[in-house]
Amino acid sequence: MTTPSSQPQGVGVQVRGLRKSFNGHEVLKGLNFEVKPGEIFVLMGPSGSGKSVLLKHVIGLEEPDAGEILIDGKPIQSSNVLDQYRLAMVFQSGALLNSLTVGENVGLYLAEHRLKPPEEIARIVTDKLEVVGLKGAEDQMPSELSGGMKKRVAIARALVIEPQLILYDEPTSELDPLSAVNIAEEIVKLNQRISVTSLIVSHDRDLAFGVADRVAVINDGQILTIGAPHEVEQSKDPFVHDFLSVRFRRG
Amino acid sequence: MFENIGEMVILWWRTLLALPRSWRQREKVFEQFFEIGNASLLMVCILSFFIGGVIALQTGPVLVERGLANAVGGVVGISICKELAPVMMSILIAGRIGSAMAAEIGSMRVYQEIDALRTMNINPIHYLVLPRLIAIAVALPLLVIFAILVGWLGGAFVCTANSRIDISFAAFFTTLRDVVQIKDVLNGVFKSFVFAWIVGVVSCHQGLITIGGPRGIGRSVTKAVVNSIVLIVILDYILTRVLVRS
Repeated sequence: MTTPSSQPQGVGVQVRGLRKSFNGHEVLKGLNFEVKPGEIFVLMGPSGSGKSVLLKHVIGLEEPDAGEILIDGKPIQSSNVLDQYRLAMVFQSGALLNSLTVGENVGLYLAEHRLKPPEEIARIVTDKLEVVGLKGAEDQMPSELSGGMKKRVAIARALVIEPQLILYDEPTSELDPLSAVNIAEEIVKLNQRISVTSLIVSHDRDLAFGVADRVAVINDGQILTIGAPHEVEQSKDPFVHDFLSVRFRRG
Repeated sequence: MFENIGEMVILWWRTLLALPRSWRQREKVFEQFFEIGNASLLMVCILSFFIGGVIALQTGPVLVERGLANAVGGVVGISICKELAPVMMSILIAGRIGSAMAAEIGSMRVYQEIDALRTMNINPIHYLVLPRLIAIAVALPLLVIFAILVGWLGGAFVCTANSRIDISFAAFFTTLRDVVQIKDVLNGVFKSFVFAWIVGVVSCHQGLITIGGPRGIGRSVTKAVVNSIVLIVILDYILTRVLVRS
């Protein structure tokens, strides 16, 4: 990845014919979609529909069986594109390093790549934690934080990279409604402030329709519908209709 | 175990290639080094003292009855420095430190911490494996030198205290000095250096391939310890054959 310096501009992502199987079971069945630069794109779908696997492909943690992913028009599999652009991922669990303090977690990228002197890293860490509403949490250990706080620390860690693309894996899962709203607000504020491209996978309808510029619904490794939130809400696809309108009622 | 040997060799090779980065990871190396020493020193002390004592107790009376009292120090000394100290201490470290390495890296793998490192362009081999391998490769030979000295003391103590052997402290070490040469000690230290790489590579590799949650972590820990011990014993035979010839 390049050194974070100026205000980032979001990058576009194109996914073309992406296929992936695990142990003979096809998880992604030829996905095609595009995320425009600076856009908040939400991919919705039930658990096990291949959303997280897709994110891992975009950040280079998985290799596709077929198809390709392009970042700003350049295929990530064929060159060192992932080193040219600043990409960050906020994992579903936060994936904070449990042996490090919150401050060390947030500053890890800068410290490991020796991009800034320690005093500068400390200042940046304080700034980023303030952005996510966790000022003063530098010395706490991840085990002392709630689920929502861990996710906010993970967002702060992603911000340190000054990313051009942020991938969020279920950012509001396991959170109470207030924390979920806080996280959604952070995502939108971040997008407005640094025009980062955001690709979110979630099954949270409120989050999706609250923050997204465009929404896609995926099921069984295939995209069923894609468009602006109001277009997706009016989709005629029976699965999409059920997925977006189902409510539990006792009895 | 054997199906993973190729992967372990690759991991070892990649770690060797990363050695020039060691200075950048020095804080983590020292952290790991002191953890290994702190976790093992007392156990090494107890284990080696009693191993020395048991060898003296087993061999002493037999040799003394046959008029070979002046060989006791040599037999105990050479058994400890060439075989027992390196093998037993490596097995102890496999259980004490190898298991901890596999558990820590395994839990980082299961809870996506290693994926998080990769997304930040931080190589897990540089960040996790390199400091642990350097630390264990330095710490284990030092622990073995310490174990040899304590083992000799244990042997000498039993020879003095046991009425069926009844060899003085000074006589024990005089006969030990006549038989044991510096190359015998180096022989044991070299073995322990090789075993340290085995324990480190096997344990880190098991951690890195962990899947399946807490049960997977448990399985990795068991495999790391068992595979390390099996490889230590097999390599001990091969190294002994090679070193005996040279």
